[in-house]
Amino acid sequence: MIAFVRKEMLEASPPPASQHGWQGWMRENLFSSPLNIALTFVTWIALGAFTNMAVTWLLHGVWTADSYLECQEIILAYYGPEASGPCWAVIRERWHQFIFGFYPVEEWWRPVFCFGLMMLAFVAPLFSDDVRNARRVIVPVGVLTLVLMVLASAPVAACVIGAVIFVGALAISAKPLRLLPWTGVYPFVAVWLLWGGSLAGPVMALLGLVILGMVVRLLSGRLGVPLSAGLGIVAAFVWWTMLEPQIAASLPGDLAFLAQVGSENIGGFLLAFVIGVSAISMALPLGILLALGRRSDLFIVNKLSVGFIEFVRGVPLITLLFTASLLLQYFLPPQVQFETVLRVIILVTFFSAAYIAEVIRGGLAGLPKGQQEAADALGLDYWQAQRLIILPQALKISIPGIVNVFIGLFKDTTLVSFVGLMDPLRGVTAIVRADIDWKGAYWEPYLFVAAIFFVACFGMSRYALYLEARLKTDHR
Amino acid sequence: MAYATEPPTQGFRLSQLIYDTRYRGITIQVVTLVLVIAALSWLLGNLSANLAAKGKDIDFSFLWSRAGYDIGQTLIPYTNDDNHFRAAMVGLVNTLVVALLAAFLSTVLGVLIGVLRLSKNWLVSRLMGAYVELLRNIPLVLWIVLTYAILSEAAPEPKDFKVVDGVAKQEMFLGIAAVTNRYTTMPAPTLDRPLPEIAGVPTSGLAVILVLMASFWVLSLIRRRATRVQEATGVRPGTFWPGAAVLVLPVVTLLITMGFHLDYPEFKGFNFKGGLQLSHAFTAMVISLSLYYAAVTAEVVRGGIQAISRGQSEAAFALGLRPGRTMSLVILPQALRVIIPPQISNYLSLVKDTSLGIAASYLDLRGTLGGITSNQTGRELECMLLMMGIYLSISLILSGLLNFYNASVKLKER
Amino acid sequence: MNKTLFLGTLAAAALTGAVAQAGTLEDVKARGELNCGSNTGLTGFGAPDDKGEWHGFDVDLCKAVAAAVFGDASKVKFVPLTGETRFTALASGEVDVLVRNSTWTYSRDTDLKFDFVAVNYYDGQGFMVKKDLGVSSAKELDGATVCIQTGTTTELNLADFFKANNITYTPVNVADDGEALRQFTAGACDTYTTDASGLASTRATLPDPDNYIILPEIISKEPLGPVVRHGDNAWGDVIRWTYFALLTAEEKGITKANIEEVATSTQDPEIKRILGLEGDLGKMLGLDATFAKAAIAANGNYGEIFEANIGVATPIKLARGLNALWTQGGLQYAPPFR
Repeated sequence: MIAFVRKEMLEASPPPASQHGWQGWMRENLFSSPLNIALTFVTWIALGAFTNMAVTWLLHGVWTADSYLECQEIILAYYGPEASGPCWAVIRERWHQFIFGFYPVEEWWRPVFCFGLMMLAFVAPLFSDDVRNARRVIVPVGVLTLVLMVLASAPVAACVIGAVIFVGALAISAKPLRLLPWTGVYPFVAVWLLWGGSLAGPVMALLGLVILGMVVRLLSGRLGVPLSAGLGIVAAFVWWTMLEPQIAASLPGDLAFLAQVGSENIGGFLLAFVIGVSAISMALPLGILLALGRRSDLFIVNKLSVGFIEFVRGVPLITLLFTASLLLQYFLPPQVQFETVLRVIILVTFFSAAYIAEVIRGGLAGLPKGQQEAADALGLDYWQAQRLIILPQALKISIPGIVNVFIGLFKDTTLVSFVGLMDPLRGVTAIVRADIDWKGAYWEPYLFVAAIFFVACFGMSRYALYLEARLKTDHR
Repeated sequence: MAYATEPPTQGFRLSQLIYDTRYRGITIQVVTLVLVIAALSWLLGNLSANLAAKGKDIDFSFLWSRAGYDIGQTLIPYTNDDNHFRAAMVGLVNTLVVALLAAFLSTVLGVLIGVLRLSKNWLVSRLMGAYVELLRNIPLVLWIVLTYAILSEAAPEPKDFKVVDGVAKQEMFLGIAAVTNRYTTMPAPTLDRPLPEIAGVPTSGLAVILVLMASFWVLSLIRRRATRVQEATGVRPGTFWPGAAVLVLPVVTLLITMGFHLDYPEFKGFNFKGGLQLSHAFTAMVISLSLYYAAVTAEVVRGGIQAISRGQSEAAFALGLRPGRTMSLVILPQALRVIIPPQISNYLSLVKDTSLGIAASYLDLRGTLGGITSNQTGRELECMLLMMGIYLSISLILSGLLNFYNASVKLKER
Repeated sequence: MNKTLFLGTLAAAALTGAVAQAGTLEDVKARGELNCGSNTGLTGFGAPDDKGEWHGFDVDLCKAVAAAVFGDASKVKFVPLTGETRFTALASGEVDVLVRNSTWTYSRDTDLKFDFVAVNYYDGQGFMVKKDLGVSSAKELDGATVCIQTGTTTELNLADFFKANNITYTPVNVADDGEALRQFTAGACDTYTTDASGLASTRATLPDPDNYIILPEIISKEPLGPVVRHGDNAWGDVIRWTYFALLTAEEKGITKANIEEVATSTQDPEIKRILGLEGDLGKMLGLDATFAKAAIAANGNYGEIFEANIGVATPIKLARGLNALWTQGGLQYAPPFR
C-alpha cells in the first residue's frame, strides 16, 4: 500500500542566490531595505565624486622641481591651463625638516636609535607577562632601528651597541619584567642621546634618584612612605645642588662621546615626540599621586589634588603654553633659566598629569572594593596596599586610557608653534614657506603632516583597543 | 578603619606624630600644607622681585584705555575707540557663540554618525568608521586651517555677484543670500526702534528672550492645567491654539513695536552692504569644531549603545517596535547614562578648543585679550591671568551645570 | 614608568642654565655664544634654509655682532620668536638682542623698557591690491576687506588710517604671512597690508606679479631695528657701533672682498681706526681692537648685506630707497668713528 518509499535522500539544494555569495552579501549588507538602498546610492555617488576629484588632483603631482613656480609650470605644460596638482617636490626637498627639524644630518641616527630604545622601554610595562608579544615588538623594532641607523650612517660603535642591546633584550625577554630596569634608565639615556654632551650630567642626575630611592627604602619602614620620600627628595636635592657640581667639576671633561645638539635644533615630529613622551612619562608618577590624593581621606591633600586637577583641566592648553613661554620666567629666580622647550615640557607635564590622574582615578574606581578590603585584612598599611595590590591592577586597566591621553597630547603638540617652537604642522611649514623657492606651497606640507599624524595616531589608537581587549581580566 | 588593639593608655608623645598611623595623617597634611604654602610664597616672592627688577607692576588699569584695533566680528557694539575691556568682552562673546553652536551641531551630528556607524548597511557603517578615524586622528588645528582654506578657495568672490548690464557672473540664492569666499550673506533682522542700551549692553535681544521665556512658562501652565482637567474629567481641552497664541502673539507684538523688518544685502563697492555677513572665520570654526567633535561624540555614542544589552533591543522588537523607534525610545535613553559623563568632558574640551580661533582668523577671547591686547599693551601677565580666570569660570560653571543634569538622569540606585 | 626624567632634567637645567644679571656683554662672552632673537621665518629677513643655516638681512646683522664679540660669525644661536613672544623673550634674558623687524615706537622704548639701538631698515606700511580691483589709492578702499597679520603695529596703523580718512573696512586678522598670502591671492580679502618691504617681497614671488600693484600710500613710519634691554648701555653700544661700522664700511668702500687689501694699503685715518690699525676703539667697547674688521669681514658692509639678501638682484627686488646712505640721498648715516 505504500506507494512511495524514499530510498535515498535528496541533495540539500543550495540556498537561493539572494541568500549567499556576493549577491546575498550585497542584499544583506547594502540593499536590505528601501532606506538602505537609498543610503547606499547616496554614499556611493558622494564617494565616487570625491575620489574622482582627489585622484585627478593627486595624479597631477610633480615630484621633481626646484621651486614652486617650476612645479606650476610643469603642471601647466603637461596637463593644460585648467589643471592643478600638488607639488610634492617641496616634500622631497624638505621632508627631513618635518621629521627632525634642524637636527644635524650626520647625527640623525641618534633620534632613530632613541626611538628604537624607547620602544624597548615600553616592553616591560606593556607586556609584563606576555613573552610572545614582547618578542613581537623587540625583533622588528630592533631590526628596523639598526637598518635605519645604518642608512643614517651611524658610527660602527653605535650600531654594535645597538645590536648588543636588542639581542640582549631578546635573550632575557623570556621574562619581560626583567627589562623593567631599562625602563627606569631609558630617560637618562634618551636625554644624553638626543642632546649629547658629557655623559656625566645624566649619570649624576640618575645617581640623585638612586639616593632618593635608597633613602625611601631605608626609612619607609620606620617613617612611612610620604615622610621618607620627603627626606629622600631633600637628600637628592642636596646631591644635585651641592655635591654634584663639585664632583662634576673634578671629572675629566672628555666624557662627551656625542656631539652636543642644542634644543633649538629639535623640531618637526621629533619635537612632537620629545614633548609628548617626556611629558607623559613625567606626568605618570605625578598623575598617580594626584589620583591617590583625589581619593584620599586626608582633607587638605584631597582638596589640593582636586584644585590642581580642576584648574588644569579648566583652562585651554594654549594658555598654559603661553604661561610657559611668557610667564614662567617671572616666577623663577633670575639666575634659573630654562630653554623654551624645557619650559613647555614642564607645563605640558602638569597638563597631562591632570588628565592622567583622571584616567587612573577611573582605573582605581574600576577595582572591586574587595581588593582594598583584602589588603586591609592582610594588615598591609596604606602604601603597601597601594604598591602591592591596588596600583598594579589599576594601572594595568588604565593603560589604554593613558595611551589615549598620549594620542591627544601628541596631536596637541601642534600648538607649540604659537610660542615659536618648530612643530611639524605650522612651525616647520612656516619656515619652508619662508624659502623664496617654496613660497605658495600651501596644501602639500599640510597633507604630508596630516598623513603622518594619521598613521601614528591611528596606529596607537588601534593598539590601545587591542590592549584594552587583552588586559581585560574580567573580575566582574 | 578598625584597629584590633586598644589605643595605648599612656599620654601623647611627640614621636607619635611620625610613628603612629592615627596621627601620621595629620602630620602629612600639615607638612603638605606648609610645603605648598612655602612653594607658593616662593613663586610669588620671585614674581614680585622680578617685576621690581624690570620696573613693572601688576596693574589692570590698561583695560580701560583705548583699544585702537578693529575686530572682524562684533556681536556687541564695538569700535576701535572702545577700551580693551570691551574688546575682551567682544572676544568672550565670540568664544561663547562658537562654543554653543558647535556643541549643538556636534551633538546632533555625533549621535547621527554614532548610530549610522552601527548601521546594518556595510557601506554606510564603514564610511562612518572611516570618517570617525580620519577626523579624530589628525590634529584639530589642521582641520580648522583646512576648513577655512577650503571655504575661501571654493566659493566665488563677492564682486562676482555684481550686476553689470543686468547680468551677474553669479546669481544670489533667491536674490537674498549668497556664499562668497569671505562670508555668507543673508537678510538681517533689523529693528527701527530698538530698546535703549543699559550700561552698554543692548537690551532688545534680551527683551525678546525674556518674552519668549515668559511665553514658554505660560505655555507650561496651560499644559499642566489641561492635564489636570484631563485627570478630573477624562477630556483633554485643546491646548494647541491657546499655546500657539501665547507663544507667538507677545513676541510678535514686541517685535512690531520695536519696528522689526528684514534688511537685505546688496552688493556695493567691494562687498555686500546691509544684511548679515557671517564671516568664514566664524563658519570655519563652527564647521571644523562640529565635525571634529562629532567624530569624538560618535565614538562615545557608539560605546553607549553597545553597552546596552542586546536583550533590550530584542525585547523592543518582540513588542513590535520598529528599528527607528527601538533606537529612539528604548536604546538611546538608556545609553544616555553611559554617554553623558564622557560627553561632559567632550563639551569642556570643545569650549577650550575654541581658543584655536586664530588659526582661522577668528578673534575670540584668546585673539583679543590674550592676543592683540596683550601684545599691544605689554601686559602679558595680567592678560594671561584674566584669560585663565575666565576660561576656568566657564569650565567650572559648565561642568557644574552638566554634572547637575547628569545627576538628574542617573539611574537612582539604592 | 619613567618617573625620573623630571627631576633629572630640572637639576641638569638648573646647573647649565645659570645666567648672572651682570652686563650682557660679559654674559655673552662667558657663554661663548650670542643668543639672537629672530623671526620664525620671513623671506629675505630671516629664515633657515634646508640645512638649518639661518640667512637673511636681520640674520646677517646678528652674525656681524657675533663676529665683533668673538671674532667668529658662527658663534650665534638663533631663537625663533613669534610676534607675541618676542618682547618677553628679550625682557627675560632668553635672547641678548632682538633683530626681528621690530618697529621702534614710543611705548616700546619707554613703557616696555627696551632700547632700540639703531634703525637697520626704514620701512612703512603699505597696501597691495589686485590690478583688476581698479583701485589706485588706499583712500578708495572704503568698505574693503583687509588682510592683516595679527600681533603687529600694523593693526593700529590700519585703524588709524581708515579713521583719519573717514572710511570703513573689515579686518581679517590672520596668523602669519603664508596664510595672509593665500587669502589674498584667493580673493578672500581685497587688499593685504603690511610693511612695504614685505609687500614687495611677497609680490615678487607670486606667479603673476604683474596682476598685483602696491598702492602709493605709505601710511606709517616703521623704523625697524635691533632691540636690547633698557639700562644695559654697554651692550647697546656694542650692537649700535657694530652696525655703524657696517654703514661706515659702505661709505668708505670697504667690502668683504677688499678688506684685507684696504687694511694694508689704506692711508685714511678713520679707516685705520675702524679696522683697529690705529688707536684702541675696540677697548672702549670692551672688545678686541679688530672688532669692526671682523664684523665687516663676516658678511660684508651694509650695502653688501642688503644686496645679498633683499636687493634688486635677489627675487625680493627691494630698491635701497630710504635705506641708501645719506651720501646717496638716503637716511642711513653713521656718526664718526673717533
